[in-house]
Amino acid sequence: MSVLVYTESEQGKFKKTAFEVASYAKAVADQMGTSVTAVTINASDTSELGTYGVDKVLNVSNGDLDKFNANSYASVIEQAAKQENATVVVISSSADSKYIAPLVAIGLEAGYASNVVEAPSSTAPFTVKRTAFTNKAFNMTSIDTANKVVGVSKNAFGLVESSASTSSEDFSPSIPASGVTVQSVDKATDKVTIADAEIVVSGGRGLKGPENWGMIEELADVLGAATACSKPVSDLGWRPHSEHVGQTGKPVASNLYIAIGISGAIQHLAGINSSKIKVVINTDPEAPFFKAADYGVVGDAFEVVPTLIEKLKAFKAQNA
Amino acid sequence: MKILVCISHVPDTTSKINFTDGDTKFDTNGVQFVINPNDEFGLTRAMWFKEKQGANVTVANVGGPETEPTLRKALAIGADAAIRVNTEAKDGFQVAKELAAVVTDGGYDLVIAGRESIDYNGGMVPGMLAALINANFVTNCISLEVDGTNATAMREIDGGKETVSTSLPLVIGGQKGLVEESDLRIPNMRGIMMARQKPLSVVEPSNASVETTSVKFEKPAPKGAVTLVDADNIDELINLLHNEAKAI
Repeated sequence: MSVLVYTESEQGKFKKTAFEVASYAKAVADQMGTSVTAVTINASDTSELGTYGVDKVLNVSNGDLDKFNANSYASVIEQAAKQENATVVVISSSADSKYIAPLVAIGLEAGYASNVVEAPSSTAPFTVKRTAFTNKAFNMTSIDTANKVVGVSKNAFGLVESSASTSSEDFSPSIPASGVTVQSVDKATDKVTIADAEIVVSGGRGLKGPENWGMIEELADVLGAATACSKPVSDLGWRPHSEHVGQTGKPVASNLYIAIGISGAIQHLAGINSSKIKVVINTDPEAPFFKAADYGVVGDAFEVVPTLIEKLKAFKAQNA
Repeated sequence: MKILVCISHVPDTTSKINFTDGDTKFDTNGVQFVINPNDEFGLTRAMWFKEKQGANVTVANVGGPETEPTLRKALAIGADAAIRVNTEAKDGFQVAKELAAVVTDGGYDLVIAGRESIDYNGGMVPGMLAALINANFVTNCISLEVDGTNATAMREIDGGKETVSTSLPLVIGGQKGLVEESDLRIPNMRGIMMARQKPLSVVEPSNASVETTSVKFEKPAPKGAVTLVDADNIDELINLLHNEAKAI
């Protein structure tokens, strides 16, 4: 018996979420009195996983897995779980992991709970807290099957360091043929993604036009943040759809979310309310976003944002 | 091409979320139910396949009689037929299993579901369904073309998108992008009248087991009031974000 965690990497390097799911797996393993095994695919250096409580790493290196494929990756995780007799599989909430998890669940005949925000409140029955109704509520869910798959929300459990002496071994699962083939990937590699960003700067219709996005990008640049936008802005074609955050767009679970000229329609708030700290800058003090935000500035974005950029630059220079 | 569009019957986003029976049941009192937005993008794309490629479109839902108005709305938008699996939806696995039986019985080539529902947000059903019926699967799907039995789809990934080639039978977890918001159709009177004549068959469940149980609901702790900072005092905002929120 053990807890298996899939620690996702990109171009050989672990993402922060890999350490978060490892921390989560360690908490589950402690409750169950067992150890943590991580499975990694084409990761170059796995030693860091020990810092987050991983006892054993199964390293898969296979050129056929350089491009993500949900079926192949799910099969790797299933085979690792079977080899390790793992009864609990922990996985992140990245787009790729959410693609894989239901496949793993069926493969292992495991019950699956996604968007989990806390360590299990008990392990028998295995009960976890997950978000529901687009973050307007939580649902305590018990997973009643012998095998379990737990999908952990980003930025909810956090990183917990606990040193473990980690052993590492090569793992060579068989890779099944897949009926889905990636033809091309279109991804900006020089920009922080909304999924990975600690800070997201988002603009709404209050910015009046796409020509005014320079200051949003500059603010994002100063903060090392990703840029995002509200639905009307993407519908109007001011910004690409990939920046649209909200219920029908991308979800945001950053540490800091700065909304500029966004009124805060309920559909928008539903997509961003997993963010820890929310700041709103809006001319209208009655904008619903002020009820959802932690900090607010009632003022004209065209005055407030340039000032904020200038002062942040000074702040960064001082605290560098 | 036979298409099955899976329709989740969900509370409208603006609904007040409350619970009854000691916080174990969702309070449907006064709640308006709609077609799950992610499913509606898929349904609209299915209408395109119907009109341009002669596809036959059936919609399906797992739920009690109270979900029928939502299926009728899908028929009014243009689906040819509807199927309701007559059982309460309890977890993702059970719904996927019931839908798998519908797909196997009906011999559908393409199943379009939403990437997630806006009530439980599990994102489980499309993938589980694909695995159960051994079909190809693409989720977070933002474009889909079908030519004979070959399909080309685009998937939204973290930080970009990828183009994949695949083939039928295929299950899609759809979202905005399959069609745009402006392409969504509001049923007109003719559609509503025609929907009354279209078949809505009720099938009995295969009594699929559940793997998870909803124990209890909780509402998040009420949020404290916003801290307002004067527009002339941006230094204070930076100070708060740094020292109090520790976010920068």
